[in-house]
Amino acid sequence: MAAEEVHHVALTLRDHLPVLQILIPFCAAPLVVLFGSRTLAWPMAFAASGLAFLCSIYLLMQVIDGGFISYHLGGWAPPLGIEYRVDAANAFVVFLISGIATVVLPFARASVNEEIPQKNHTLFYACFLLCLTGLLGMVITGDAFNVFVFLEISSLSTYVLVSQGSFTDKRALSAAYDYLILGTIGATFFVIGLGFLYMATGTLNMADLAGRIALLEDNRTVQAAFAFIVVGIGLKVAMFPLHLWLPNAYVYAPSAVTAFLAATATKAAVYVLLRFMFSVFQPDFVFGSLAITWIIGPLAVLAMFIASFVAVFQNNFKRMLAYSSIAQIGYMLLGIAILNVNGLTATMVHLFNHGITKAALFMAVGAIILRTGTTFYDRIAGMGRVMPLTGAAVVVGGLSLIGVPGTAGFISKWVLVQAALDNGWWWMALAIMLSSLLAVVYVWRVVEALYLQAPSDDVVHKEAPLSMLVPLWIMAGACIWFGFDTDITLGAARTAAEGLLAGSAGMAEISTAAAQAAH
Amino acid sequence: MMGFDQIPTAFYFFLAALTVPFIAQGILRGLFLLAIPVLCAWNVWQMGFGEFATLPFFGFELELMRVDGLSRVFALIFCLAAFLGNLYAWHVRDTVQQVAALLYAGSAIGACLAGDLITLFFYWEGTAIASVFLIWARRTEGAYNTGVRYLIVQIGSGVVLIAGVALFYRDTGSITFENMTLGSLATWLIFLSFGIKCAFPLLHNWLQDSYPAATVTGTVILSAFTTKLAVYALARGFAGTEILIYIGTIMTLFPIFFAEIENDLRRVLAYSLNNQLGFMVVGVGIGTEMALNGTASHAFAHILYKALLFMSVGAVLFRTGTSKASELGGLYRTMPLTAAFCLVGAASISAFPLFSGFVTKSLVLSEAAEAHYKYVWLALVFASAGVLSHSGIKIPFFAFFAHDSGLRPKEAPRHMLIAMGITAFLCIYIGVFPGTLYAILPYHVEYHPYSMGHVVGQLQLLCFALLAFGVLMRTGIHPPEIRAINLDADWTYRKAAPSVIGLAARGIAVIYTRQMTFWSNRVNGIIGQLYHSHGPEGRTAQDWPTGAMVLSIAALLAATLVVAYLG
Repeated sequence: MAAEEVHHVALTLRDHLPVLQILIPFCAAPLVVLFGSRTLAWPMAFAASGLAFLCSIYLLMQVIDGGFISYHLGGWAPPLGIEYRVDAANAFVVFLISGIATVVLPFARASVNEEIPQKNHTLFYACFLLCLTGLLGMVITGDAFNVFVFLEISSLSTYVLVSQGSFTDKRALSAAYDYLILGTIGATFFVIGLGFLYMATGTLNMADLAGRIALLEDNRTVQAAFAFIVVGIGLKVAMFPLHLWLPNAYVYAPSAVTAFLAATATKAAVYVLLRFMFSVFQPDFVFGSLAITWIIGPLAVLAMFIASFVAVFQNNFKRMLAYSSIAQIGYMLLGIAILNVNGLTATMVHLFNHGITKAALFMAVGAIILRTGTTFYDRIAGMGRVMPLTGAAVVVGGLSLIGVPGTAGFISKWVLVQAALDNGWWWMALAIMLSSLLAVVYVWRVVEALYLQAPSDDVVHKEAPLSMLVPLWIMAGACIWFGFDTDITLGAARTAAEGLLAGSAGMAEISTAAAQAAH
Repeated sequence: MMGFDQIPTAFYFFLAALTVPFIAQGILRGLFLLAIPVLCAWNVWQMGFGEFATLPFFGFELELMRVDGLSRVFALIFCLAAFLGNLYAWHVRDTVQQVAALLYAGSAIGACLAGDLITLFFYWEGTAIASVFLIWARRTEGAYNTGVRYLIVQIGSGVVLIAGVALFYRDTGSITFENMTLGSLATWLIFLSFGIKCAFPLLHNWLQDSYPAATVTGTVILSAFTTKLAVYALARGFAGTEILIYIGTIMTLFPIFFAEIENDLRRVLAYSLNNQLGFMVVGVGIGTEMALNGTASHAFAHILYKALLFMSVGAVLFRTGTSKASELGGLYRTMPLTAAFCLVGAASISAFPLFSGFVTKSLVLSEAAEAHYKYVWLALVFASAGVLSHSGIKIPFFAFFAHDSGLRPKEAPRHMLIAMGITAFLCIYIGVFPGTLYAILPYHVEYHPYSMGHVVGQLQLLCFALLAFGVLMRTGIHPPEIRAINLDADWTYRKAAPSVIGLAARGIAVIYTRQMTFWSNRVNGIIGQLYHSHGPEGRTAQDWPTGAMVLSIAALLAATLVVAYLG
């Protein structure tokens, strides 16, 4: 058995990075509650996410050129023990998630003071850390059931975080409730899918699963598992038409929560979807499956257009961004449906670029809410003149959302169009362009509201505080930076895409051992 | 990662443009605007030859900083022009113009130092977009319309350029900006795009249309960059292309007649600018080392004396509110210094010995003779005489002498005088000590402009031209300065084409309006339906009851299962 081998001998702190990545925020969360100090809550949360971010940079540096780190939890070798497996794909997503958390937290301080009563602050930051833990965990782990556990940790804390919006708008409660029901159903589907897989293979380690599924060929149980997992995770991804929880959750959640979730939660779910499709079920299996051609592809295109149209007609900035997110997720799913290296690269890059873009935009929304109390176009009219730096950040983020050259959004759309052309799908390239045109319209409507109308007198005429502007502009600057410097993003994404398309070859070590054992 | 050994010089201008709005208007900002070009000129000067900044971009290696003999001389004169323009515009309190001037100069310098065609394209468009604000800054409706026409032409040139570059890349697999040979569609497109910016005959109208329309200070800045950038691009990309010799010759000739009869002095200068470009284009066309030297040095001298002329006419416009020859005259009484500087500029452009035009133009002329282009040489000589007539004599004569218009404006403001003084000094200095300019030219120069034959020949030419002007004025044959609009080739697209189209349009109008109503109703209907389904109250944007959401999950799962089993 492969289980008898002990590959992993961890001696230094560096060897423990994969688990520290999770443990730091995970332990900080209860500490925040135990200390119970309102003044200490934020610094602790910030320190924890900052440390996690450092870990993620270090991990990414180690795997960006290919290869992977296999960390055996407690020294128990997989497939019996739980394995954390870091490769380019998930190190990249971990880097995004912890980075966004670290940037959003300084922003959150002023925003949370404004929107959430003081007595809830310690619990809020504890939930924030738990949510971060969950998202990081579901990305970094190499164990299928562990994914479910972390998914639930992140989901449950997300429901709480969303409901914190109820102090400004009571509808946050129903939004959180709807999300809870749907999220739970999604997670249940996912765990049912895992159950089927366990039934068919008797293992839960992803690499091990991959090797065993490959031997089963046409197995109805495995196919059912595939359907359940795709739909279950599809809900967390907000795949059209499973997106219905998303607009309200984003709109009514506190600004900082929206900025964090929009940039990370759906992205982590997209990663899990990719990981299951390509590393657990094999690329061959996926190629053979009609689900991609008949379900994911068409729904992605529908999302690109329907959600964009809804965004065009919206009269609420925050809700418009929520629908735009659904449309942008369409691009990521389209990258999967295109099923070539460029397509997966586009998915991975867009996951990152859209994350930073939406973080910038939702933070700008938070800054505007601080001054106007609302995000309806008629009420935020002229705020671009009152808050020039915030307004400029909206413009930068908007350009990136459209995909204007020189911004991050352009890079991912460019790769996506290339991927479509690689397959000879010129009409798909055309569709991507057309839906980008819709993005021009909905971004323009915001710019028009922010700049081309006179500001009303009953709002606070003041630029956002520095604690908001700095994180906001870090993200807006990143939108531009990654529009020019594509080494990290495209490099990591391409390595990730190649690793994913290599299927179990990307997980060679253990799956071959498992395959031999099965013989 | 960006591998810059050196921050590209253009970036200093862009950074400065970002900083300017945060510096209080007044002396501090004025000094800042003057310091930047000086800093950049020093930066280029001390850098030495080589390639300094590369930037990976979609698998291309962009070379942002290629300093060699040819690009350096252009970068330096652009810095100098930016300095003089900013000094001349010291009194301007308009942030838009100040930022636009910096961005414009930065783009032009960046384009000169660009080592590849993609970088060139970015800066190429940058000059177009930045410069149009100098025209719009006049804030009249006429200037706005002119600006739009200008922008369309300039952006059009950029679009043609990028199309050419894309084809060029497909053909050769390279984007390096090196000497090309005309032949393929790609190179023709690139050539055409350069030609638009260089105001080739029949592509030239944007120049006379826009330069006189800009602000007083804007014209001075506009006159320096765009066309000379195009000359540089031609010299870099198409040196030795024979067709350029003939294009250049025509360019030197045809504006003379328009300049002769034009009433607006700034437009006269715009025509004469066109004519001077012709000399440079001929130099590029000949393409020998000495001819390219001639082009570069002529561009250098030309930027200075043309700026000086625009400055002096601009000062007149600034003080009197008009630049029409028919309304001016006799201003030397109250604006003696401006008049003197104008005369220096006029002498330089007419290539009087001891003035800058003499030592640079003769390089091109003698190369044309050397290469046995007899008729070209003759045409150039004729054009030189024409230059004297319309720029050398007409501008100072009608503005400062001629009949007394009765206007008694004040002398130009002090900063304008200083700017003009420095420029005039440089014009004379280059004329007297050509060695200084020759030393920074791309190739080694063995040329002595002050040979007996050359000086005498030039003086003969000038004297007879003067004589001709005198005779014409005495006998009253010289076209009088009257308020009139001259018809140039742009008449075809600004007047004739519209009227023909107008006729046709009447016939088509009926069908058109019917079609439009039909389609706009259709489109409105579609938008209405879209709003009905996608608007805030529409079905797709509504909040769904929880049960319905759950149902959608079940439906999708069923669909996925069915599809999976079918597969």
